[in-house]
Amino acid sequence: MPVTTIAGRDIHVDDEGFLTVYAEWDDDLAKQLAANIGIDLTDAHWKAIRFLREDYRAQGETPTIRRVSTVGGIPTKDLFTLFPNKPGKKMAYVAGLPKPHGCV
Amino acid sequence: MTTQTAPSIVPDFGDGKPTGRKLAIICSKGNLDMAYPGLVLANAALGEGVETHLFFTFWGFDMITKSRMHDLKFTMLGNTATHMPQGLGGLPGMTAMATHMMRKQIAEIGVPEVPEFLDQIVASGGHLWACRMSADMMHLSEDDLYEAVEGIINASDFIEKTEGAQLLFI
Repeated sequence: MPVTTIAGRDIHVDDEGFLTVYAEWDDDLAKQLAANIGIDLTDAHWKAIRFLREDYRAQGETPTIRRVSTVGGIPTKDLFTLFPNKPGKKMAYVAGLPKPHGCV
Repeated sequence: MTTQTAPSIVPDFGDGKPTGRKLAIICSKGNLDMAYPGLVLANAALGEGVETHLFFTFWGFDMITKSRMHDLKFTMLGNTATHMPQGLGGLPGMTAMATHMMRKQIAEIGVPEVPEFLDQIVASGGHLWACRMSADMMHLSEDDLYEAVEGIINASDFIEKTEGAQLLFI
């Protein structure tokens, strides 16, 4: 498992760069992860990220776009605006979680 | 930036290098089970940033017809993959029961019903088109169709709109 340096810290990631250790993530890291993919975090982004973190802790898997929308209460359209083109994967990356595995 | 000593491994989300990838899905079936493959794939493609168009034709028209889209059915008849005797499928009430069971199974894994799935596809930027010939055959107009259908178009229009697209016929 590769170790990379993000925000001056050693962080465990998978081959693609998604974080693999839940506890290595914090708000500062999220800002850097977002910056890595050209996103400047606003309150609306944080709302989604907080939901992802909580939901992963409770369910043991990364929520899909649909789940963030229906359970997390953030409209699908907004997710595509906040995390353009690939919202599911981008949210997961910034939230320090694996890619979502669900189909829908 | 930070005091990174080694370059970070950052996932490649394909930003800044638009692929121009497009997906066209022709939905020609009106059975509950055959409605889902197109919807699931459209949803997945949109989540990957792929421009996606769905064209509803023939029996697939049921997926976007207001009076029918909430009531698609699944039948065991002619479907050997249920591994049940074919005669059973023809008994009264079997289609209703099979439909009920399939709906339940789909709901249990958090997948929406057809109308709500279309809502999600549209919210994700998907384009829905209705087939002109089917509309004419069934005497249906835009008023009879799900609101987010962008138009009733003919086959040539669809081919034109999806130039360069990868195409799925379901």
